[in-house]
Amino acid sequence: MSFLFRKAPKIGGTPVVPESISASPGIEGGAGASKKVMAADAGAAIAGSPFNSKAEAAGLIKVADWLLLVSLFFIILGGYHIHFMLTAGDWDFWVDWKDRRFWPTVIPIMGVTFIAACQSYFWLNFKLPFGGTIAVLGLLFGEWVNRYNNFWQWTWFPINLVFPTQLIPGALFIDCVLLLSNSYIITAVVGALGWGLLMYPSNWQILAQFHQGVEVQGLLMSVADLIGFEYVRTSTPEYIRMVERGTMRTFGKDVVPVAAFFSGFVSMIVYFVWWYVGLMFSTTKYTKSF
Amino acid sequence: MSLVTETAGASALEASAAKPIWDWKPSIFFSAAICVYYVIVRIYEQYYGWYAGLDSFDPKFNQYWMTILWTELPLEAVSFLGLCGYLWKTRDKDLANVAPREELRRFYYLLGWILVYAVAIYWGASYFTEQDGTWHQTVIRDNDFTPSHIIEFYMSYPMYIVVGVGGFMFARTRLPIFALKGYSISYLLLFIGPFMIFPNVALNEWGHTFWFMEELFVAPLHWMFVFFGWFALAVFGVSLQILGRMGELFESQKDLCGL
Repeated sequence: MSFLFRKAPKIGGTPVVPESISASPGIEGGAGASKKVMAADAGAAIAGSPFNSKAEAAGLIKVADWLLLVSLFFIILGGYHIHFMLTAGDWDFWVDWKDRRFWPTVIPIMGVTFIAACQSYFWLNFKLPFGGTIAVLGLLFGEWVNRYNNFWQWTWFPINLVFPTQLIPGALFIDCVLLLSNSYIITAVVGALGWGLLMYPSNWQILAQFHQGVEVQGLLMSVADLIGFEYVRTSTPEYIRMVERGTMRTFGKDVVPVAAFFSGFVSMIVYFVWWYVGLMFSTTKYTKSF
Repeated sequence: MSLVTETAGASALEASAAKPIWDWKPSIFFSAAICVYYVIVRIYEQYYGWYAGLDSFDPKFNQYWMTILWTELPLEAVSFLGLCGYLWKTRDKDLANVAPREELRRFYYLLGWILVYAVAIYWGASYFTEQDGTWHQTVIRDNDFTPSHIIEFYMSYPMYIVVGVGGFMFARTRLPIFALKGYSISYLLLFIGPFMIFPNVALNEWGHTFWFMEELFVAPLHWMFVFFGWFALAVFGVSLQILGRMGELFESQKDLCGL
């Protein structure tokens, strides 16, 4: 399967192509190139194969696939990363911002956007079930390079303070739901809910050590908070982060499940909207003026 | 037709047939050049960000950072105008009669151009933009032209704009589907959206003059960057348009994919 031939051929529709392509000197319009079959919208192009050999054509198909895949990866990465860092970035930058209420709320809601758009493009046009995963892989590539090379190696924040949120399990889940259901509605309801619910557990293992309590100079705080105090930034959250003022603690004492369900619910709605954003940006229309 | 023109035409055809459709050298060369260049820029930041980039009233700041700004801005303007002018001046004036092999060759060149655009977008929108986050959460700005901004806003953004507009101009002046059918809406969105990130710097600097908002990278003042960043997704429509036409040119080769 290739990007180039993304639609299944109609049975009995397309005429069978001869196995060997005549290496006619007329491929650029000379002798033997009289049948007009191509260029429905490009004027009077000349018929005949544009290729010198089948091997050349086969190689070009692979080249087109790779060029497109790599380009799509980096362009999606750029758009997704600037979107994510400026709508959810602070919660993703710092370990002391990875709290149990805002972090599991904001990250999935802002993250499901490009996933839905990419899924609509890759699934509807190519039946490729990795729209969510390729978007998240791009995002994490951009983030890890940055956290390592800039947050640490330029401004000297330790990686323990600045590692990005793990998002791959949720992306795999939402891709699997689309693959199995072939339905963007089911993907929105089940997949996006799962995307929201899975975010916190996906990060539990790496985060647990930072949520251990420590007593420093008579004050109780988490290890994450302590690291944050040692590396003061303008976004050191103590004077800006809204603390949990509400009294309700439905699941024992923790607010994470409530935040995750709320996040999953909003992610469903955002998924619907961004599926259509992906469709909108997939337009193949032309305009005569702009 | 005279014997002379027939002979000349045949030799031109042979030359075209002998010339490969896909030449990897330009796109790989420019992609690699962008990466090498930005690595050098990053090394410069490493040394002179801390040494001369903390106080804009320091004469060293003028020497090590403002000279970059005053050099890069006119260079970018000249590059933009020069590239667009060259592509327009050398345009194909008979786009209704482009031979299939030549058209395919131009499509591959455009795909290579989009690859270079993707690399430039990565450095601008991803690498240097988040880098700006960590710099400004470490060093309080006293100037619009901070070390990270001089690279991010005034170097990496204009560079991907030049590459993006160049790709659009190439398609518009050399490929029948982008020239004869009207303006591709997706391609317009693809280069105008990220282009608008650059003018949006004005809003950003204006806001930072009014308010102290370093503590939140997600501050609403930054959201217009996000809005324009979404337009990168228009690569979807552009790719579908390219693939649609290339599929027609590959029509005789469907069996290669087992279809």
